[in-house]
Amino acid sequence: MKWNITRPADPQPEEMRAVYGDVLTAIAAEDERIVVLDADLMKANGTLGFKKAYPERTFDVGVAEANMVGVAAGLSAVGLIPFPATFTCFAARRTFDQFFISANYARLNVKLTGTDPGVAAAFNGGTHMSFEDIGLMRTIPKIVICEPSDPVSLRKLLPEITFRYGSSYLRLHRKPITRIYDASETFELGRGKVLIDGEDLTIIAAGAILVAEAIKAAEKLDAEGISAAVIDMHTIKPIDEELVVQYARKTGAILTAENHQVRNGLGSAVAEVVTDQIPVPMVRVGILDEFGEVGTQEFLQERFGLTAENLVAQARELMNKKTRVGASPARSHA
Amino acid sequence: MNSSEIRSLQRKAAEIRRLTVEEIAHLGIGHVGGSMSIVEVLVLLYYRHLKIDPRDPALETRDKFVMSKGHAGPALYAVLADKGFFPTAMLQTLNQGGTNLPSHCDMNRTPGIDMTTGSLGQGLSAAVGIALGHRLRKLPGRVFALIGDGDTNEGQTWEAAMSASMFGLGNLVAFTDYNKMQIDGPIDVIMKTDQLVDRWTSFGWFAQQVPGHDFAALDEALQKALAEEKRPSMIIADTIKGKDLPGIEGDYNNHNMPISAEQAEQLVASLRELEEASA
Repeated sequence: MKWNITRPADPQPEEMRAVYGDVLTAIAAEDERIVVLDADLMKANGTLGFKKAYPERTFDVGVAEANMVGVAAGLSAVGLIPFPATFTCFAARRTFDQFFISANYARLNVKLTGTDPGVAAAFNGGTHMSFEDIGLMRTIPKIVICEPSDPVSLRKLLPEITFRYGSSYLRLHRKPITRIYDASETFELGRGKVLIDGEDLTIIAAGAILVAEAIKAAEKLDAEGISAAVIDMHTIKPIDEELVVQYARKTGAILTAENHQVRNGLGSAVAEVVTDQIPVPMVRVGILDEFGEVGTQEFLQERFGLTAENLVAQARELMNKKTRVGASPARSHA
Repeated sequence: MNSSEIRSLQRKAAEIRRLTVEEIAHLGIGHVGGSMSIVEVLVLLYYRHLKIDPRDPALETRDKFVMSKGHAGPALYAVLADKGFFPTAMLQTLNQGGTNLPSHCDMNRTPGIDMTTGSLGQGLSAAVGIALGHRLRKLPGRVFALIGDGDTNEGQTWEAAMSASMFGLGNLVAFTDYNKMQIDGPIDVIMKTDQLVDRWTSFGWFAQQVPGHDFAALDEALQKALAEEKRPSMIIADTIKGKDLPGIEGDYNNHNMPISAEQAEQLVASLRELEEASA
């Protein structure tokens, strides 16, 4: 198996929300335009440190997410850079019209953060489980959607999001996550990261849960003699079309992996590129046509097939599909 | 205000109504009723109180105005054109393809518009954000907002109301265009929103209710609101939908209605008479 990145010298887990709060606090020390908003979830979202450092730049609006996003739009209208945060389910489902009109349609600069994506909502259960937030957000014109896979990429991508004008949606896993990257790694919004190079198929994954599972799957596949490339597609919109095309051409088969519905999430975004530019066999792993439910994250990963084992099984299917298709048109371009 | 100042504002109100009717009549359809009911509030703000410079719409230190009932854009466009933010001839482009004067207010298209609105309930939240931003950035400008009966139905308006008083936004003054009509009928029949002074007071605002086409009463209420330092203020203006348009005034069907060329001619003549009567 061929790693394409420097592995971290110190792969210890870090709380993603702590990184989020620390990075914003550090940026705020240099830039007085940074303001943080929350809707009664500051502890959960890791912004209490920011509040302590900059109480006058912190606005907790209580349990009123729609107002939070509207107030953020107003703050942005006078030149501030607001970071409103809430759980993904409320960020996307409840504030969609406010975020769509007051922030995005108005071409303002609202940096919305949704935490606890998909099965990470675990014990909060089905009401709090968003399998559709990327789908909703992805239909907003010009928006940037980012889902970092580990503390290092979050630390590097958050400043990029901050200083790139325009509204964005950060899909943030808030619990402890083991580092995938070395601290020296650099990132660019809209440019996916090839973690592992491969020849037979490419796994394109996003987020803290599925990128880790994709790496494990590639290791298992490697033991079976299947060479799988793994890409961390941290920016879901705008998607890195060039990289998708390059790996569709190189490996002739694509498996996507996401902690979200397969409809209109990462898999759909990749499929749009593949269909338009370089049709190759694809399988999308994610939640099928189902609502969320309660349980441990591990139980829910099993329940919805968000595991390395399922990725391996789907990869085998994909290899069969690829063989049936024969010498794919993609290969003939190689 | 002395009586000649009041007469001058009344004349301006008739002129703004005329410009708005001409603007809407050019296309032949538009949001007539709710544009007419807000004219005195707009004229009082833009011709007597707002610190603005039409030559410099982007000036950070100026006052801001959020039209939460974004569909009343046509009346505000007439005011902005008359103030010199853009040529009056542009009013004839209302709602035409490619125009900079869309049915609902758009801060990216129209000079002088401070917030994009149109989805009811969202304007007051934005005004709260702008007022917080002014306070944080120590900008001297005050923030004004205008909401309607439809906004008053929306839950988000009351979320914004809670937060404005919680944050002690003394730099925020809002008006309710209380014309008591909504698209489907009178508010008493569709969704009753009465006792507004009590409602806003109970949400921590300094609330007053005044006749909304009476400049002296509106100005007195506004002076009191401007003196408030720690609380946001709400002025509930009792207004009439379609005000001063014979045959249209008070009819709930006037929310979004066609105006024929012939009808426009009669309305314009009637408004010119009002202008001359105030001269």
